[in-house]
Amino acid sequence: MKNKFNKQTKDNLITYGMVIAAFIIMQILLSMGKVSSLMEGLLVPLCTYVILAVSLNLTVGILGELSLGHAGFMCVGAFSSALFSKCTEATITNSGIRFFFAILVGAAVAAVFGILIGIPVLRLKGDYLAIVTLAFGEIIKNFINVVYLGRDSKGFHFSMKDTMSLNMEADGEVLIKGAQGITGTPNDSNFIVGIVLVLVTIFIITNLVNSRTGRAVMAIRDNRIAAESLGINITKYKLLAFSISASLAGVAGVLYAHNLSTLTALPKNFGYNMSIMILVFVVLGGIGNIRGSIIAAVILTLLPELLRGLNDYRMLIYAIVLIAMMLFNWSPKAIEVKEKISTKFRTSCKGKKEV
Amino acid sequence: MALLEVKNLGISFGGLRAVNNFSVQIEKGQLYGLIGPNGAGKTTIFNLLTGVYKPDEGSVVLDGKNITGKSNIDINKEGIARTFQNIRLFKDMSVLDNVKAGLHNQYHYSTIEGILRLPRYHKVEKEMNEKAMELLKVFSLEEEANYLASNLPYGKQRKLEIARALATNPKLLLLDEPAAGMNPNETKELMDTISFVRKHFDMTILLIEHDMKLVSGICEKLTVLNFGEVLAEGKTNEVLNNKAVITAYLGE
Repeated sequence: MKNKFNKQTKDNLITYGMVIAAFIIMQILLSMGKVSSLMEGLLVPLCTYVILAVSLNLTVGILGELSLGHAGFMCVGAFSSALFSKCTEATITNSGIRFFFAILVGAAVAAVFGILIGIPVLRLKGDYLAIVTLAFGEIIKNFINVVYLGRDSKGFHFSMKDTMSLNMEADGEVLIKGAQGITGTPNDSNFIVGIVLVLVTIFIITNLVNSRTGRAVMAIRDNRIAAESLGINITKYKLLAFSISASLAGVAGVLYAHNLSTLTALPKNFGYNMSIMILVFVVLGGIGNIRGSIIAAVILTLLPELLRGLNDYRMLIYAIVLIAMMLFNWSPKAIEVKEKISTKFRTSCKGKKEV
Repeated sequence: MALLEVKNLGISFGGLRAVNNFSVQIEKGQLYGLIGPNGAGKTTIFNLLTGVYKPDEGSVVLDGKNITGKSNIDINKEGIARTFQNIRLFKDMSVLDNVKAGLHNQYHYSTIEGILRLPRYHKVEKEMNEKAMELLKVFSLEEEANYLASNLPYGKQRKLEIARALATNPKLLLLDEPAAGMNPNETKELMDTISFVRKHFDMTILLIEHDMKLVSGICEKLTVLNFGEVLAEGKTNEVLNNKAVITAYLGE
């Protein structure tokens, strides 16, 4: 039993260590000036994707439900927090404190949407969550594209037509400009903040999984009827896991929004493709495997950029890597080899200790 | 007063009368058997007792408390735990975690305490581990505590399911064909385990079984079901010698 506890802790420590090591290596490379500006610009989005992949793994791997609208929750978190930061830029001058509150706002709003969707849908069995979240992601994206919000001395003005119909005073400022989104969000996030948020996300999810709540959620995933017969409240724990997953996606959105000066809801960043992309990270990294999701997110985000020199062949190689990863992750032979290596490693470690 | 008092329980699925006018009284500490041909409605009765189905009529009283029509989650909290005919373990969780999932409502700490690993988390988890290991020892599963549940051999999976049900600290334990698919040796071992559980935990047990050796070996009283109705009930040897039971179920 002690062994098991140690194994879990060891596993988690490896994950944390991996992230911190990657961070240190990146920092050294940055200080040496070895990183192209393109790659440098990719660091914060990378953290965003890692958070998204890890948080989606809670829904897909631990809860066992399919969500195809994770980008939607990210979108909600991004816009609500960007709006918050813009509104409070004058009142809260300390960017650290403001960003902290922005994270709370983004997480809370995304969680609220998670709960609103979860309450009706998670009561059902089957793939309804996938269908509803898919629709949610698209609706949110399209809705934000037609929202106009302004603020003047009289307060907030809201319209769904154009900036003129906001009827603002002369001193008014347009906050959300329909398809042009939010411009001038304070640039509060950076690579260090991103890594900290990644670590916090991993901390929350791994600790959740190895707790009473996590056991209940996994019990529901493995056998709903048996879980009910043990007195586990199905809806409560499904909702809890799903809303935590959604709120962490919201946090990813906050990080994403505060890295850009202009935040727009495009199909590219908050659309269906993005949701599928996150799901691909989770599936290729191994469903329920937190560390795998991180590695898959990093590789699949960096790969297209690293292959940029190959021009036309870029996406071809990307596709081949996707297929190769899938084969190597799931084929029985590959799993066998992996296990062999890990047991060898373990026994050699034990041997050393005994000596 | 009886621990479980079921009166005139009935349910229909469409035009099919699955259970009709079923009554039973089980005293505290009794080992009661429910037998009958396939399709007689035995598992349906379990589902009615545990709240998976709501009865159309009749009442279920557990320990003086009317639990008719409550949800299965609430009924478990009231003190009825069960196992399943087709094993329903949490197969991607460890053996220990399966039992700890059963302890879910016995030990409490909040989700926040779990995430932040506050002192209460460590304290309660330690208690849970001890309790779970204690239960696993009863079923001699302590060696396999860290195995995945799906990697256990069949007989041990059955035992684990009983251990998990007992973890919810029930007043009444329902076993749905615990010996199904077991060889005679395993069945013998299971009989000993059931007798031990009954003594050790002072448990009242209602079991469905087709293995007559097991039924006649450990059950004190029996109810025989046929086509959703009670065909006979009473002391085990009397029931098993009943003419109607022999024709309907046992065979000449």
